[in-house]
Amino acid sequence: MTILKEPDFGTPASTSSTSVTVEVDGIPVTVPAGTSVMRAAATSGIDIPKLCATDSLEAFGSCRLCLVEIDGRRGTPASCTTPVADGMRVRTQTPKLEKLRQGVMELYISDHPLDCLTCSANGDCELQDMSGAVGLRQVRYGYEGENHLSLEKDTSNPYFDFEPSKCISCSRCVRACGEVQGTFALTIQGRGFESQVSAAGVPLMESDCVSCGACVQACPTATLQEKSVVQLGMPSRTVLTTCAYCGVGCSFKAELRGDELVRMVPYKDGGANEGHSCVKGRFAFGYATHPDRVMSPMVREKITDPWREVSWEEAIGYTASRMREIQAAHGVGAIGGITSSRCTNEEVYVVQKLVRAAFGNNNVDTCARVCHSPTGYGLKQTFGESAGTQDFRSVAAADVIVVIGANPTDGHPVFASRMKRRLREGASLVVVDPRRIDLVRSPHVEATHHLQLQPGTNVAVVNAFAHVVVTEGLVDSDFVASRCEGYEEWAEFIARPENSPEVVESITGVPAAEIRAAARLYATGGNAAIYYGLGVTEHSQGSTMVMGMANLAMATGNVGRDGVGVNPLRGQNNVQGSCDMGSFPHELPGYRHVSDDAVRTVFEQVWGRSILPTPGLRIPNMFDSAIAGTFRGLFVQGEDIAQSDPNLAHVTAALTAMDLVVVQDLFLNETSKFAHVFLPGTSFLEKDGTFTNAERRINRVRPVMAPKTGKHEWQIVCELAAALGYDMPYTHPREIMDEIAALTPTFAGVSFAALDRLGSIQWPCDEDAPAGTPTMHVDSFTRGKGRFVPTSFVPTSERTTRKFPLILTTGRILSQYNVGAQTRRTANIAWHPEDVLEIHPHDAEVRGIGDGDSVTLASRVGATSLHAVISDRMPVGVVYTTFHHPVTGANVVTTENSDWATNCPEYKVTAVQVALRADAAEAAAVPGTRERAVVD
Amino acid sequence: MSGTTPPTVRLANEIARQFAHQPPSSAATAIAGHIERFWDPRMRTDLQHHVATAPESLDPVALAAAKLVGS
Ligand code: SF4
Ligand code: SF4
Ligand code: SF4
Ligand code: FES
Repeated sequence: MTILKEPDFGTPASTSSTSVTVEVDGIPVTVPAGTSVMRAAATSGIDIPKLCATDSLEAFGSCRLCLVEIDGRRGTPASCTTPVADGMRVRTQTPKLEKLRQGVMELYISDHPLDCLTCSANGDCELQDMSGAVGLRQVRYGYEGENHLSLEKDTSNPYFDFEPSKCISCSRCVRACGEVQGTFALTIQGRGFESQVSAAGVPLMESDCVSCGACVQACPTATLQEKSVVQLGMPSRTVLTTCAYCGVGCSFKAELRGDELVRMVPYKDGGANEGHSCVKGRFAFGYATHPDRVMSPMVREKITDPWREVSWEEAIGYTASRMREIQAAHGVGAIGGITSSRCTNEEVYVVQKLVRAAFGNNNVDTCARVCHSPTGYGLKQTFGESAGTQDFRSVAAADVIVVIGANPTDGHPVFASRMKRRLREGASLVVVDPRRIDLVRSPHVEATHHLQLQPGTNVAVVNAFAHVVVTEGLVDSDFVASRCEGYEEWAEFIARPENSPEVVESITGVPAAEIRAAARLYATGGNAAIYYGLGVTEHSQGSTMVMGMANLAMATGNVGRDGVGVNPLRGQNNVQGSCDMGSFPHELPGYRHVSDDAVRTVFEQVWGRSILPTPGLRIPNMFDSAIAGTFRGLFVQGEDIAQSDPNLAHVTAALTAMDLVVVQDLFLNETSKFAHVFLPGTSFLEKDGTFTNAERRINRVRPVMAPKTGKHEWQIVCELAAALGYDMPYTHPREIMDEIAALTPTFAGVSFAALDRLGSIQWPCDEDAPAGTPTMHVDSFTRGKGRFVPTSFVPTSERTTRKFPLILTTGRILSQYNVGAQTRRTANIAWHPEDVLEIHPHDAEVRGIGDGDSVTLASRVGATSLHAVISDRMPVGVVYTTFHHPVTGANVVTTENSDWATNCPEYKVTAVQVALRADAAEAAAVPGTRERAVVD
Repeated sequence: MSGTTPPTVRLANEIARQFAHQPPSSAATAIAGHIERFWDPRMRTDLQHHVATAPESLDPVALAAAKLVGS
């Protein structure tokens, strides 16, 4: 494949449904009303020269290169800012236009370094292209006058340079940062000749820039250029693939030079991202080739032995025989597996098949257990399907956006950019979060209401919302009557005084009037959409809260069309997919319970093995059973449970108690310290398969290079199954997807061929919806009637005490990803060298803690130490940290408490104490000394 | 809260707290249904063991539910 250059129509598409026909250079063309003359011309194959226009940005009209003549109009209007009118006749090439354009270009070039042949953008520079396009042959002005050629380069960003001497002040970067990304870090400073792009007068790394790359992509010259292109040269071929970081699932063009990956460029036709990206997907791919990667399988008898490199045959044979020995001695159910949300659907599917068909039990769970399992449970109970209701685009039609327990600008940045765009257009925002996240107040965005609740009181707040809706007559009665069931019982429950905003105020800390106002806005403000994250699920009432939000959406009729819905913002890239693929111990692929005889029979026929009708162990149950001695062998696919799971002392005790731990991963990690077999995995650049994002969109992951370890992960799993006496004879991942489609009704129409044809598919995809389903529950709910479920607020048993008077809540930040195994191995570390503890000035003061001090953080289960950052983003009494670095091990302090329905850990509420470290001076040099029951 | 409570007892009691607003008999049925749908058989057996040996460790509704669950 050669390099893929997407066409640039110059201005964004118009969404008008009225058509207009015009003639461009004698060619008739019909376009939607509101289309620019430039875009109409491009649609008919005529490219008008342009510099300041690009179709990801609104027209600006500054460069004057795109002039045209229009019959009956005076002068030479700019085609980018002139909309078409019916019957218009446009001429794009006349001697007059040619002269004007050459004059414009001459001025640009006269202040531009003429080092094209050695410039990093040579061959990919619009200025160069336009000089050719307008036929520029001479430049009459020399460099003797004033020019910008000596301006200094800003190389502060680790991924791209800013070389102002090459800037033509087209302002595309400034507009991209505002319109596309919504950060507004750049401005044009000065006027006329003095005008210059500036990040508030400071180097980019000191500015508000979040390194999303939108400006780099928009820049028509080499002024903003990826460092990798400067170093490696222009790429020469493209592979279309999907980001492997977060649940947004952005599509990228992986651009290579030979076999070397030069850069990742967001793909305009990507359904999730439509040409945008964040710093992780755009730039942080270096981990894939990091020298820390393990390339050969390794084995050891005891976890105290050194690792021994072995052949694949030996590693797989050893694993199989040890697994069988354990089963012989301790029963079929003594072993199990954990699938990874970072792996492809195909890789996950084969692991759960390995467990069910080759291990012969249902002891398979996934890391989604610790993040979004309550989403699956709650939405299934109420709507009938364990997935979000909308596509990302839907937010553009929302009038009221409610963000609960999510921090999209850090966690789901590309979706946040869409959301912020809609907010700038005038939609209202309600934020429900203990922490003042960036969205509450950021450039041109301000929340109408920020309900700063006490951690652990979500259900009380959502009940109070619903109480207002029901008691103030704001229910959408038609919707409820025709689409739902269980309303009467629920309404009677929710209308009780105990659910009123006034009564719950003392529990939640949110003023009743604020809840009433926010609830009225949600119920009456037009299309209202709920977006939520782990601040909803990772609680003892995570599942209850998901049902509470679903109740609220049903009561107000906010389900089943564009602009509304209940939308989980999923953490990892393939959380949705790993759940869809049957990774839960009670469900076969497609969320069908193992006790369903008919479903089991279908699988048994294809798999040729019988499947147990009883659920297996969930991750926390596996740990409990390991300590009890009934669970002794574990296959872990790409997850660092010894860093990411709560109450690490308990986890490490469990792992230490096991006879065999097999880890399949890119790097040796915390879990592999307890492993007996290490099977090296592949990075997303080597994988061939699919990921499913938070909007149920199945995207292709295409290999950019062959597996560096010599084997695909699905191959390893199949070979392990074969060594256990069960054949899984796939020759290509497409065959795995074909089997998934054959066995899973919601995937019936999915295949690699269909994905290549359609780009991406949002499940359900079947005969009725061959191109997929962007919005769910349109005419009826998946379960038929939407079901109201009463959701009593039950306070968590985790309470502050005199010993542990503060509440710790956890989250993550933009530049890092989960346990950080990948991002810590890239230059993203520049933004987040360590986890810190955010603490309110008042709480800090009474403890004598100053900004940057080293502090201990202790809960009833463990203690760790980190540096404090004084911040008033949290209410008094609440502290906050991230969990990206193993050295701090924030999960040393989180407890065994979990969601009652799914055992999703209660990461968001831990009673803690914070104290200045006694040995602060020496600790300042060594953050993250941790103390726990079992040392690593 | 106690680290010494056996996991199955702790989990059953946690579930029972969520159903405390329901009449005890329907709560017990709902909890038993939940346990049957989501618990590995060895956990049910373990719970039965605690029902037999330390019924006082279980919340009354959890105890009633446990008695409805087949192991
Ligand atoms: S990288 Fe993104 S945030 Fe930074 S200046 Fe460019 S557009 Fe703005
Ligand atoms: S940096 Fe690039 S995009 Fe920005 S004004 Fe200069 S040439 Fe235009
Ligand atoms: S938003 Fe998520 S999927 Fe998109 S580039 Fe960033 S990390 Fe990757
Ligand atoms: S492209 Fe139209 S004015 Fe610059």
